[in-house]
Formats: sequence, C-alpha cells, structure tokens
Amino acid sequence: MSVEKIVKKTEYKHGFTSEIEASTLPPGLSEDVIRKISAIKKEPEFMLEWRLKAYKHWLTLKEPNWAEIGYEPIDYQAISYYSAPKSQEDGPKSLDEVDPELLRTYEKLGIPLREQKRLAGVVAVDVVFDSVSIATTFKEELSQKGIIFCSISEALKEHPGLVKKYLGSVVPYSDNYFASLNAAVFTDGSFVYIPKNTRCPMELSTYFRINAANTGQFERTLIIAEEGSYVSYLEGCTAPQRDDNQLHAAVVELVALDNAEIKYSTVQNWYPGDEEGKGGIYNFVTKRGDCVGNNSKITWTQIETGSALTWKYPSCILRGDNSQGEFYSVALTRNKQQADTGTKMVHLGKNTKSTIISKGISAGHSSNAYRGLVHVGKDAKDARNFTQCDSLIIGDKASAHTFPYIESKNSKAQIEHEATTTKISDEQLFYCKSRGLSEEDSICMIVNGFCKEVFKELPMEFAVEAKSLMEISLEGAIG
Amino acid sequence: MLEIKNLHAGVDSKEILKGVDLNINVNEVHVIMGPNGAGKSSLSNILAGKEGYNVTGGHVTFEGKNLLELPADERALLGLYLSFQYPVEIPGVSNINFFKSIVNAHRKAKGQDEIDAMPFLKEIREKAAELNIDEQLLYRSVNEGFSGGEKKRNEILQMLLLEPKLAILDEIDSGLDIDALKVISEGVNSLRGKTSFLIITHYKRLLEYIKPDYIHVLANGRIVKSGGMELADELEAKGYSWLESA
Repeated sequence: MSVEKIVKKTEYKHGFTSEIEASTLPPGLSEDVIRKISAIKKEPEFMLEWRLKAYKHWLTLKEPNWAEIGYEPIDYQAISYYSAPKSQEDGPKSLDEVDPELLRTYEKLGIPLREQKRLAGVVAVDVVFDSVSIATTFKEELSQKGIIFCSISEALKEHPGLVKKYLGSVVPYSDNYFASLNAAVFTDGSFVYIPKNTRCPMELSTYFRINAANTGQFERTLIIAEEGSYVSYLEGCTAPQRDDNQLHAAVVELVALDNAEIKYSTVQNWYPGDEEGKGGIYNFVTKRGDCVGNNSKITWTQIETGSALTWKYPSCILRGDNSQGEFYSVALTRNKQQADTGTKMVHLGKNTKSTIISKGISAGHSSNAYRGLVHVGKDAKDARNFTQCDSLIIGDKASAHTFPYIESKNSKAQIEHEATTTKISDEQLFYCKSRGLSEEDSICMIVNGFCKEVFKELPMEFAVEAKSLMEISLEGAIG
Repeated sequence: MLEIKNLHAGVDSKEILKGVDLNINVNEVHVIMGPNGAGKSSLSNILAGKEGYNVTGGHVTFEGKNLLELPADERALLGLYLSFQYPVEIPGVSNINFFKSIVNAHRKAKGQDEIDAMPFLKEIREKAAELNIDEQLLYRSVNEGFSGGEKKRNEILQMLLLEPKLAILDEIDSGLDIDALKVISEGVNSLRGKTSFLIITHYKRLLEYIKPDYIHVLANGRIVKSGGMELADELEAKGYSWLESA
C-alpha cells in the first residue's frame, strides 16, 4: 500500500559546521565550573548565589522518566558547559566588529544580521551562538520607545534590578530537573522588556545555533510585558549534523501584567539525527508564561520538526482574572525521532480561558506524544478550556500517543476535549494523484491542510517558513 | 485513443472484470450501463490507476502508451480524468488552493510556468458560475461538508479546469435534482469536441441531456451488448436480466 511506505532520508540543510575558534570550558559539571561561568560573564553576586542554590538542588533530583521517550543515560560530566567564539570573549560588540565567519554562518542560515528590512516587515534579531549572544539588531530604534531587547548577560549588567525581580519568578530554580540544571549553568539567551502601554513596533526574534561539538546549550529567555503592552517574539533553532547527541536544556519565562499580551512563536529545527537515529539534539525545555495581570494574554505557537528527543510543555498560568492562554502546536517526527510535547493550562483567576490546538504527525519509526494538563483551581469561577488534539500517522511503523489530564476543582468550569487519530487514507492519496499531483506533493498538501489551524497563528513570514520546513521534512517521506 | 483488450482484473482472488473489450476514439462519448456489482466502478478505478486491484490479463493503451504500468498521477498528466462517485474530503486544504495545485501540476508537466493568480481566479469564478457553484464553496476545504450535488459539481469544475483528453464520469447523475443534472450536463457538453468521455450511469435520464455515440452494457464483468440510443430505451423497458443470462 502506498501510504505504508515510510520516511526515508532527507537532507538536513542546516547541518554544516562553522570553523570558528572557540574558548570552551573542559567537560564536567561542578561548583567550580559554575563559578567560572559566572566569572567569565562578570555577573553580579546574586546571580552566582542563585546558580549555586540551583546546582545544589539539582544534585538532589533524579532525571524524570515519565515521558514517552527512551534514550541512553546522559553523562552530565561529559558535556562542556561553556563554549564561546574567541572573538566574542569581551562580550557583544557592534555588528561591524563581529567575526565575518559568524556573519557568513548566519547568512547561510538565512538570518539577517545586517539591519535590513525584510519583505514582510522588520524583525529585530538576537543571535545566540553556542553559549553566547553574538549580536542584537535594531536595539537603538527599540530603545527610543523604552523597549529593552538584549542578551540576558547584558541585561544582568545593565538592568540587574529587572532581572533580579523576574528571573525565576515563573520557573523557579527548583522547578524540575532540567530547569534546575539550566538555572545552574545557563550561559545566555534573550531579555525583553516592554514598558507600559507600549506596542512593540516590530517582531523580536532570537536565533539559536549550536556549533561546538560536545557542548550543551543552556539558554534562558525572559520576557516582561508591562501593563497594556504587546510583543510578538519568534524563536528559531538549528545545529550542525553530528554523530553524537547534544543536550539542549533551555528555560523561557514570560510575564504578562494587566492587559498585556505576549505572542511567542517557535520554529524548532535542531538537527534530528540520521535515518538510523544516530546523533541529534536532546531537547529538554521548560517554557512557561505567567498571566499575572487581569485581562492578560499569552499565546504559544510552536512548529517542532527537529531534535532527536523533544520534551517540552509550553504552559500558561492564568492568574489574573479574565486572562487567556493559548497553545498551538505542530509536532512532526520522522525516522527515529521521539517527541513528548504538549502544554499545561493552570486556571487560577476568574473567567479565565484557554485554548489548546495540537497537531502531531508521526512518520517513519518515530514516536509522537501529546501530553497536556488542564487544571482549574477552586477560585477559577467560569473558567473555560477547549482542547483539540489531532494525530496523523504516516506509514505503519510510527506511533502516536495522547495523554490528556484534566483536574477541576471548580464546578462552574467548562472543559471541552476533542481528539482524533487518523492516517492519510489511500482514498485521499488516490484522489490527489488522479488529479495529477505526485505522491509526495499529495502528502505535503494533506499534511499542510492538517496543520492549517496552527499555521494561521504564526506571523506571516514565519508561516511561509514553517510551511516550507514541513515540505522539506516530508521530502522523501515516501520512497 | 483508449483501447481496452480482454481486460481481466479483480481484488484479492475475486475476479471482477472477466474480459472487457472497449475502444474509444477521439471525441467520442461512450456510456456504460449495467446492474449493480457488474464491475463499472472497478473498471473506472482500474483505468485511473487506483491501487489494490490485480490485473490478471489483457491490456489497456492510452494514445499508444501502456496505461496499466503508470501510476495514477502520470495517467492524469497524460490527460485522463476521473470524476469520482464519492469524492473524498481533504480537511484544511481549500478548494481554490487545490485547484491551483492541480492546474500547476499539469502546466509543469507540459513545461509551462505556474499560472498567474489573478487570471486564474477569474477563470475559476466564471466556470463556477456556469455550474451554479456558490463562490463560498471555493474557499472551503475540498469536499468537506459539501452536499451530494455540490460534490458532483465540484468534480465537473475540476474537469473544466483541466480539460482532459479522456474523462471518466462515474455516476455523476446520482442524487442530483433535475436542475443540477442540467447544469452538469451543460458542463460536460461544453467540452465535447475537445474531450472523449466514458460515462457510467444507471439512468437513461442523463442521456436526454448528454447524447452518447455508443451505449454499452456491462454485466458479469464483461461488455455483453453495445449499441446506440435505442439500447437505452430497450434497457428502460426490459431491465438487465435478459442480458445477464446471455
């Protein structure tokens, strides 16, 4: 049967390595290493203390094993926790001073570091290469509106009060195994602050790139939207093709105050490993937004096509009354990729509302799980949730799993859950082919149709990218 | 243009077609009638390249090419079109994008550039209007939630866009009211002189609007009788049983 043919190899076009001289700490994790990272980054004392508390806590924790993923134990002593291009040792410089090889790397990846207008509008970019932020564009223009957009290292130097107030306020250092590890060793990431009643005039975006071998990437992003402000933030990720697995354990914290709105979109395309499941990124990420204020809103949109392992549950705490949380997700797995992803919507305030639309596509020998929690607290009167969770299976060797958890402590809450699991039917394929479409184009079309509700949530220019990424990922899906 | 010689085919070990012979020349209109289970839909599926059938004997050529060894999409690109009896739904894919993709697939096969959006939209609107298709339907997902009549009209609309060399219409008249039947027949007739047709139907009613050159009766997996319009009258009067025993 035609649909039963499975995913074969697809070239990972971001798999190249850049020849960049780097300063890298030797592998291993200890208090000493953490002190070194903090010293290299010339951090304030409170940061070091926080890191050390996190490390001590992490030592008491066990790696979680409840997710629908299997992997060889990670040797945390074999990983290097800091790697930075030599040219960046003295911290971020102006664009003119950035190593041309780095600029070429990003050009190859299609990320504009020069401040140029892109077709669909202006995007400000912060780029993180291995452990450090390389450059942030459009900073001047943004600062005129009082918007702070910089690396978190820079924020620690320039705005330590803000960082101290909010860092760990949404994801505490003790939150979970990987979040604790991140708190102990995080090296960089982006920091965004949108002042009161300000609408950020352009999309902000961070582009993460792992280059060095045997290093982990531990970035931490913090976004604060003050009362009545709005920001849309995009995140993209790629890594070279390597035979070893590399660990990526990031933390993202979002804080939305009264009437503020944050849209956070991700296109995750870390190297997924080869056909046999060799290599690829282990992606253990904690992302959480706190709708602290009344009438605030946080939207997570994610397109997950990369990584050998994905463990990721972007969540919303709906604390303020009338606050809203949204989660739109497309997760595509193929070859031997494993994904366990979903969300948590924690309704605490009155009249809070959440929407979850999850689309999982599994092909090849991959495994794709949706795991979600909808929690309604006792005071969350008239809370409402709508969950739609669809799985599409391509071939007969892939698997799809759904683990929805619902906890309601308020009898006035309204919770809806819809779920479907389908295969691309031979009838659909025959219909498309009988119109002259190739098998591959037919599958792309059917899969894109399946994902449409999520794609339409992405900013325009990202939506185009996401669609073509899906097409590339499905290329050779049928052979 | 289409030559079917002694075609034997079936599903698993069950033989459905037991030696079908049929020749269709350029611009001819052929109608196949016959009792339920005679193999009419199987014949159209096999011609269009649906997987799951075993061809155990005979051969089929289309403009001299061995049709049976080509996948369905290549047959379509050669100019073969199948209007489905039960068109399948494709959620999330808008009709208009689907139309654009299929037209571009055909243009690409001919070495032509992709079609320009604006003139294409105009063409679709005009053709949709001819078929009494509500413009809203163009923006809905392919066949999703369409009524029976809307599905059939949508099949004919695609045919008008692709202008195939040979169109196989599998029961386009079933479930249609008289007005819809007229509209669809006009659509079919507008391609006469450009396209050959193989039309499968149960009802003589359709033949009042589309005048065939030949009528064939398919029974027990074979064409047991061929003739002109007078055969339809005879079938209307006598049913199929007298032929099935033949």
